[in-house]
Amino acid sequence: MFRNCAFVFGHSSLTAFVIGLSVSASSLPGAEVDFTRDIRPIFAEHCTLCHGPDDAKGGLRLTDREVATSELKSGHRGVVPGDAEASEVLRRVLSNDPDAKMPPPDKAEALTSDQIAKLRQWISEGADWPEHWAYRPLEKPFAPRVANEDGGVNEIDRFVQAGLEAKGIEPSPEADRYTLIKRLSYDLIGLPPNVEEVDEFVNDTSANAYEKVVDRLLASPHFGERWGRHWLDKARYADSDGYEKDRNRMNAWRYRDWVIKAINKDLPFDQFTIQQLAGDLQDPDDEEARLATAFNRQTLTNTEGGTDKEQWRVAAVMDRTETLGSVWLGLTVGCARCHTHKYDTITQREYYELFAYFNNGDETDTDVARSEIEMAAYRRAKAAFDEKAKGLKREIETLAARLAPEREAWAQEFAKSVAAKRDALEFHELSDSSVTATAGVKFDKLDDGSFRAKGPQPDKAAFTLTARASTRNVTAIRFEMLPDKALPKTGPGRAPNGNFVLTGVELLAGKEAKLDAKKHRVRLIDAGEDYQQGGFPAINAFDGSGKTGWAVGGGVGKPHSAVFRLEKPLNFDGDYRLQIKLDQQYGTKHTLGRFRVTLATGDADGVAPLAVMRALAVEPAKRTAEERAAIAERFYRAKSPEMTALEKRMAALRKSEPAAPLMRVRVISQRTKDPRQTHVFRRGEFKQPTDPVGTGTFSTLPEVIEREASRGDRLDLARWLVDGRNPLVPRVAVNHIWANLFGEGIVRTVNDFGVRGDRPSHPELLDWLARTYIDLGWSRKALIKTIVMSATYRRSSSHRPELADIDPTNESLYRQNRFRVEAEILRDISLAASGLLSRKVGGPSVFPPMPEAAGAVNYNSAFKWKTSPGGDAHRRGMYTFFKRTAPHPNLTTFDCPDSNVTCVKRTRSNTPIGALVTLNNEVYLEAAQAMASRALDRKTESDAARLTHAFRACVARPPSADELKRLQALLAASREWYGAPGREAEARKAVGAYAAEGVTPADNAAWVATLRIVLNLDEFITRE
Amino acid sequence: MNLTEQSLLQTRREFLNTTASGIGAMALGAALTDDGLIGSATAAQADPMTPRPTHFKPHAKACISIFMAGAPSQLDLFDPKPKLNEMHGQSLPKSILDKARFAFIQPDTAVLMGSNRKFKKHGQSGMEFSDILPHLGTVADDLLMVRGMHSEEFNHHPGQLMMQCGVSRFGMPTMGSWITYGLGSESRNLPGYVVLTAGRGSSGGATLYQSGFLPTSYAGVLFRNSGEPVLNLKTPDGIPQHLQREGLSALRDLNQARYQEVRDPEIASRISSYELAARMQLAAPELIDLSNENPKLLEEYGVGREEPKGNWRGSLPNLNTMDTFARNCVLARRLVERGVRFVNIIHASWDQHSGLDKEITYNATVVDRPIATLIKDLKQRGMLDETMVLWGSEFGRTPLGENRRGRNTNTGRDHHPFAYTTLLAGGGIKGGQVHGETDEIGWYGVKDKTHINDYHATILDRFGLDHLRLTHRFQGRDFRLTDVAGQVIDRWRT
Repeated sequence: MFRNCAFVFGHSSLTAFVIGLSVSASSLPGAEVDFTRDIRPIFAEHCTLCHGPDDAKGGLRLTDREVATSELKSGHRGVVPGDAEASEVLRRVLSNDPDAKMPPPDKAEALTSDQIAKLRQWISEGADWPEHWAYRPLEKPFAPRVANEDGGVNEIDRFVQAGLEAKGIEPSPEADRYTLIKRLSYDLIGLPPNVEEVDEFVNDTSANAYEKVVDRLLASPHFGERWGRHWLDKARYADSDGYEKDRNRMNAWRYRDWVIKAINKDLPFDQFTIQQLAGDLQDPDDEEARLATAFNRQTLTNTEGGTDKEQWRVAAVMDRTETLGSVWLGLTVGCARCHTHKYDTITQREYYELFAYFNNGDETDTDVARSEIEMAAYRRAKAAFDEKAKGLKREIETLAARLAPEREAWAQEFAKSVAAKRDALEFHELSDSSVTATAGVKFDKLDDGSFRAKGPQPDKAAFTLTARASTRNVTAIRFEMLPDKALPKTGPGRAPNGNFVLTGVELLAGKEAKLDAKKHRVRLIDAGEDYQQGGFPAINAFDGSGKTGWAVGGGVGKPHSAVFRLEKPLNFDGDYRLQIKLDQQYGTKHTLGRFRVTLATGDADGVAPLAVMRALAVEPAKRTAEERAAIAERFYRAKSPEMTALEKRMAALRKSEPAAPLMRVRVISQRTKDPRQTHVFRRGEFKQPTDPVGTGTFSTLPEVIEREASRGDRLDLARWLVDGRNPLVPRVAVNHIWANLFGEGIVRTVNDFGVRGDRPSHPELLDWLARTYIDLGWSRKALIKTIVMSATYRRSSSHRPELADIDPTNESLYRQNRFRVEAEILRDISLAASGLLSRKVGGPSVFPPMPEAAGAVNYNSAFKWKTSPGGDAHRRGMYTFFKRTAPHPNLTTFDCPDSNVTCVKRTRSNTPIGALVTLNNEVYLEAAQAMASRALDRKTESDAARLTHAFRACVARPPSADELKRLQALLAASREWYGAPGREAEARKAVGAYAAEGVTPADNAAWVATLRIVLNLDEFITRE
Repeated sequence: MNLTEQSLLQTRREFLNTTASGIGAMALGAALTDDGLIGSATAAQADPMTPRPTHFKPHAKACISIFMAGAPSQLDLFDPKPKLNEMHGQSLPKSILDKARFAFIQPDTAVLMGSNRKFKKHGQSGMEFSDILPHLGTVADDLLMVRGMHSEEFNHHPGQLMMQCGVSRFGMPTMGSWITYGLGSESRNLPGYVVLTAGRGSSGGATLYQSGFLPTSYAGVLFRNSGEPVLNLKTPDGIPQHLQREGLSALRDLNQARYQEVRDPEIASRISSYELAARMQLAAPELIDLSNENPKLLEEYGVGREEPKGNWRGSLPNLNTMDTFARNCVLARRLVERGVRFVNIIHASWDQHSGLDKEITYNATVVDRPIATLIKDLKQRGMLDETMVLWGSEFGRTPLGENRRGRNTNTGRDHHPFAYTTLLAGGGIKGGQVHGETDEIGWYGVKDKTHINDYHATILDRFGLDHLRLTHRFQGRDFRLTDVAGQVIDRWRT
């Protein structure tokens, strides 16, 4: 209790304790104290739980300089810049009084003497408390003047040169042209340049030779694949749900295609952002924008048995919240799920305010065109169809206009006649009736002659009633649907809501013992009911469709009946047999519960659908369009064969109407019904909601501007990211691009721009790039071009031993970096160099060969990896079907992210398991086989020339004399081995399906054995 | 190879400055050491699997974790509840029911379900095992039985992540990754972290041996127990060993030439990765070749057992899980003998929502004898003191019968994270004792409850690792296996 208000007390009583300790505290003369490095961690680990954004015990809040130096409740000041002894914070950490000492032992560990000394020094030196660099507003710095501008191409180089001059480092020279074109090709399209492209560039003497290559690659459709894959890492893209069941998402690829396309057409990054986060709100009618929102549908779905849906919905919303933090803000906001972030001043409340933006974005289905080509074809066919239909429609309308007066007269007559004959029918019971059914449904026959279904409750069913009758002149048949306590909601149907749908009625009648569906069929021509659910009239029960029928929704729990009129009356002499099939194919248990069938005699002219009867009852002038149509339909049927023929033609034509080539994809759209109120969850537990919160972001960043009427939605949030005021987003975005082009970011902790992350190696360059990105209209291609045109990008990546002490990790960018290519690219370049690669861009995921064992780790034993046929086995790695619980091992071995959470930076491991893949895996062997076959097809060339060409297909440059000699030696050793007697079979195995013409298997195999080593060269799999 | 003194110095410094991205460095080290140009100490620093010093004196050096995916019923294996049997058919007290959460059970009509198993006391401590685990009973004096384990996770995949990673979130390293990250591996020819599976796939699939944000070097490598033990281990058809060697020699020469040109130490790492790969090609087939094992011992393990006819949730048609699981236990010992740090044996599934008696009898038969023999074998070879054996699962099963909608009789149990049982043995774990106690129907732990974070903290402790200090900075935060909790349990330590 004392502790809770400890800072309220004066410090006079404590003075005594302070003095003794001040000696040990001054033990660090001369050492510099850096707030971010030395002081902030002390506050974060020892103080801010009680004196931070969430709480200000005693009035002290250690979140920024202004509040930390202001007056406390006790009248003292926590931090007095320049006066350590007067600072209450220092007094308290030094105190020996257990009630006053900070921090209280149950809250945090005591400070070490070293920490106390630093704190003292920091206060004494003026308590410098700089705003964290990443949150500062973005300005465009001027490129500095540098002593040596030689070789510099643009501002980037001047920023870098300034740093190099400060350190006294000479930058590395420009890489040779072989390296440059290989580097550009790997970086921009993820494929190696072919030998012709290399030669063209190497021999191009024009001043803009390099720029021409850059422009060509930026315009390549493979650019969207290469940079799209970078983005898909962030989007945690996969082809399955994740978690135990891990169901396939066969249409997920539509989002991947969207990304590739957006990047290829250089959709500006601000729009790229807005469409993915809020495309549904910005352009609800734009299919592409709706598709883009699938970015946030890439979250996992848990369909394991017995899950609480809300738990996993909340988990997905949290993932969306945290992904936004990682991808756009470079911040780990996830910590604040359970408690206020210790370092980055993100409060728990702010976390849930950000969460609130996503809390009303639900996963929904939307229909999109299967492909543009199919859609274009459809539009053409539809236009042609519409033209035809228009002509026919005009004929119908003309005739209808002509018949209008006659129709009105008829209607009045008809209304009278129906009214007169309404009760003209007499009903007769059947004898010896019984019912059988599909799906094991059983029946009780009740005293009133009705049947009640029992036993299994199938989704669909068909009942067959057989009976005997002797009634003559049967003109109609009546079905009564009766309520019963034994039925759900007392019936009359067996659907959980008491409804049914009678989708088909078929009547057979005859004297034979066995009735034949063709011979004994009695056509039904009309039906009238006493009640119908909208859209489910009884006439639908014999329209030939299994999907439509008679239903009584809105009227359950009551008896209903429908009378079906026969085309010709039944007029058998004596006994005859009846067989009536009652189809119930609607699904979801909409089957019949209790029903009775009776025969009707007498004048059936009074049988007419309820809708028509109702329409007739309305005054002609007051009839709705629907009512008019119902009457007209009757009239034409009775009086106008001409119209009936026209309508038949129309119906026939309709059958040829082309169907829109749509497919259903899962996206995010705004929940409008029952929007959810967001609460702070205690410790992140979805079952423990506490304070309600609205939408909002972090106090360290500019405020979100809300559209009028939106009250803060995803669109506001998305715009806030990219409206130019938010300083983090452009900094983070350019750093991602830079990291993809240099292997490391300007901020090395690409995933952490918070106070615990690395500081930028070139802060001004970072800001210049960030501002430039905005100035370039957020054009990704333009920014990439700016970077790759710089001299800094073009430098040699060779390491320089003499700089190992000064800058071992090349932070100052005196050279380019060398790094292994990513998992997908590793395979792509091998397939490309060997000529096997299928260059098809986009489309559904494919299944390249995968060992069975790799798929078997998935829980769902029904999942089978069926290898794609033909060229689809050789598509780029980014199209490989990604099963979250059983990803392709060739991908994961080389650090392809697992797609369960966003990944903004891949690791690059170098393991023996990886070496085994490129040495022994079938796809790499196949590439070597194809490559050997191509080399041997160059029939007139020498071994040396062929080896050189193959070597260059991989690494662009020609081999040195020594390298060539070494390869020739391997080729010779291989020839010797395969050439020995009895080894032809082995040789054939090595050659596989790629035998070159006119070459012995031994020679051919020797080439395979040699070229597989070229495909394993470090230089080949490394972006240099 | 002809490296100058200067480039050596450079290389050494770069190694010391290399961050996670370059950590693959199986060492220029190895390459240079072979040439006698550089001390092995420096080489060691570059190798992610180089054995590393512990925080304090270790007891365990290797771990064999046997993971029973799907969640076995502790009530039918380890935790007898006579009172539950008495109350069979009765409803659960409302006080418990209102607080509880279920996957499939309909709480309104659920009733308690006793166990049909007979329990017997074993060993000096009188540790109880049910009649379907006769062999495990014979090693009771080596086993620590933990009866009050509990978890927060309710569904399989998140629960399995919790047990493997200490947190149920994705992207976190598994226990095997943390331990190899902390300790490296003694094996020069095999991966430091190996995974063996039997039965069907587990709910978590490959995420149960992922390395999360740690480099892939620390991910579990899936071994198969027959045929090609590691994917891509076999040299392709038609490429003879002779030419594999010739090819690797040429590759080494060409890569070294490139190194001379560009001086990137990562090339040296690549060279040694290929060399280790080549050694693995020889070592792995030898590993799975059991022909030198004593046939009697193999029989003891259960190798060659026949699969009973029938459809089992713990197996799949056309699999002989009985034999596979037994082989996995032999392989685990052989892996540890060869210096591998962490072996994860995964068997699925124990998710017995129905047909409990039949299914659990089958599964118990699969695992009982091989595990008991493994412990005896390790002990007989003097390896048990330094080899920790774990038997565990993501959670346990309910004392209530599972009255899932549409079922007439209760023949199974639902998920139960509130109290379940795990076993530990060897590697500095004090056997012959039962830790923790559950209430009379086995619903909650009532004494010495153990959270998964405590379990992990104690395991790390036995490896000489302080769970608070074994951390990795990722996205600005220092992560650890025990998340934000974990207490070392003193009673478990020898």
